[in-house]
Amino acid sequence: MTLGVLLFMHLPMGIILLYAFTTDESTFVFPPPGLTTDWFRVAVGRADVWRALGLSMRVAGVSTLVAIFLGTLAAAAVYRTKFFGREAISFALILPIALPGIVSGIALRSAIGILNVPFSFWTIVIGHATFCMVVVYNNVLARFRRTGSSQIEASMDLGANPFQTFRHIVLPAIATALLAGGILAFALSFDEIVVTTFTAGQEQTLPIWMFSQLTKPRARPVTNVVAVFVVAITTIPILLANRLTERTIE
Amino acid sequence: MTASGLRQETHRPLLHRLGTFIYLRPWLVLALLLGPPLLWMVVIYLGSVASLVVQSFYSLDPFTGQVIREFTLATYRELFVPAHLEIFLRTALMAAAVTIATAILAFPFAYFMARFASRRAKAVLYLAVLLPLWSSYLVRVYAWRLILAKQGILNWFLERLNLLGVLEAALRIPVIGGPSLSVSFLGMFIVFVYVWLPYMILPIQAALERVPQSLLEASGDLGARPRRTLRHVTLPLAFPGVLAGSIFTFSLTLGDFVVPYSLGNSSYFIGQAVLAFTGTAFNIPLAAAFTVVPMVIMGFYLVGARELGAFEAL
Repeated sequence: MTLGVLLFMHLPMGIILLYAFTTDESTFVFPPPGLTTDWFRVAVGRADVWRALGLSMRVAGVSTLVAIFLGTLAAAAVYRTKFFGREAISFALILPIALPGIVSGIALRSAIGILNVPFSFWTIVIGHATFCMVVVYNNVLARFRRTGSSQIEASMDLGANPFQTFRHIVLPAIATALLAGGILAFALSFDEIVVTTFTAGQEQTLPIWMFSQLTKPRARPVTNVVAVFVVAITTIPILLANRLTERTIE
Repeated sequence: MTASGLRQETHRPLLHRLGTFIYLRPWLVLALLLGPPLLWMVVIYLGSVASLVVQSFYSLDPFTGQVIREFTLATYRELFVPAHLEIFLRTALMAAAVTIATAILAFPFAYFMARFASRRAKAVLYLAVLLPLWSSYLVRVYAWRLILAKQGILNWFLERLNLLGVLEAALRIPVIGGPSLSVSFLGMFIVFVYVWLPYMILPIQAALERVPQSLLEASGDLGARPRRTLRHVTLPLAFPGVLAGSIFTFSLTLGDFVVPYSLGNSSYFIGQAVLAFTGTAFNIPLAAAFTVVPMVIMGFYLVGARELGAFEAL
């Protein structure tokens, strides 16, 4: 049973990989009539794929930076100080990923509509940063709780100013947590489709490009290659982030 | 502080003095740390959710297609059109079916993880569950379109196993069937179960890990067979985990539009309807009012789940 569930969860990804090499142009005939690496060449030559990839990279990069900044501040605030409604912060931060994506999506879309803001790169980033924040927040807060604050107090007692303390004590302590949180945030943003659909306007991120291929398939084999690429670019960082947080536990 | 100490303090660079000034005032530290993220969440996120509610009380001028920014309940009245009620019912039923199926599949898996797996195996299994939860949601849905296609891999296997007749019989069932698995509620159901399964496994596993070994031993010592221990000790203690998982599976199914778009037909689900209202009809008020429905359903669901103890398992 366990094995069955495990296969059920992971075989479909193997199938995508296989179909990226099939010679069959509709790419669902099984077994594949033949294998080829041609589609990778075709995909590399597609300007629309490159454009979407570039936009996704920039969106994920900027959203991750915003999320790292805001998430770390929130984690530090919750860890360092006691204030009214402290528990509510965690709850508020998790809402964007706990509520159905469509709620966040249409909520942002409504705000864009009411304020008459034009769709742009930044409307996408704002949406993404909002749900990426919680990932950084969770990682950094867990790290703060594990390292404690005695080193920070010692540093301050020894005459370092808060900026020096941050630079030499806090930053090294949370560096891997920041990296892990940032990587997860990047993967989350790179992959996001539901919220993006409502905040992107005419812009096409890679998931939106894929979704348009899903509903109106024109270039199946190229879509498969892009799919394999998306899996790689989100899976590898997540494995890496897992390693980063795992090693520091021991 | 002595006079020489004071003098030294004033000789220190401005940055240092500023830092110390801030550090000694906890409220200022708090304001500086919490201010930006709180502002972001309140203004952008909660502000957006508020604007969603506001929009739902606006309406669309049927002639010009412009949003009329006046308070009205007309948009909410539109929700009660039979065609729309059908969408809500369909989505809720699908969400319920998906939730039950994921619970049935997830429980044995989580049980194995919590009870039988070695430390190493557990770490691998944990990663195996976490990975699909974090990554490539869209690709995973896309993969199933290829798998479920009429000439696809699933049909090929069923043919080899001489089970094609079973599939065809299933597809002939009205409502859930269709021309092929890749265009039917049955196929949609399979894909929903597939994409949300990890969200169910993790909370159940966490709940099972917390069941004390001593209770199981006590149950055995008192003469209960493993079956009975499972039924009367393990299951009740793991139930909050199942509930916690069901919050995710139910909520995610309610709000999804990717799966219905990829595998559905013209019978809409909530997410699809919302997307259609915003994308082609530009009827943001109706889309907003539509979104309020899953929010209200989830509100009731969360209250019920809390009564049954789901939050202790999160």
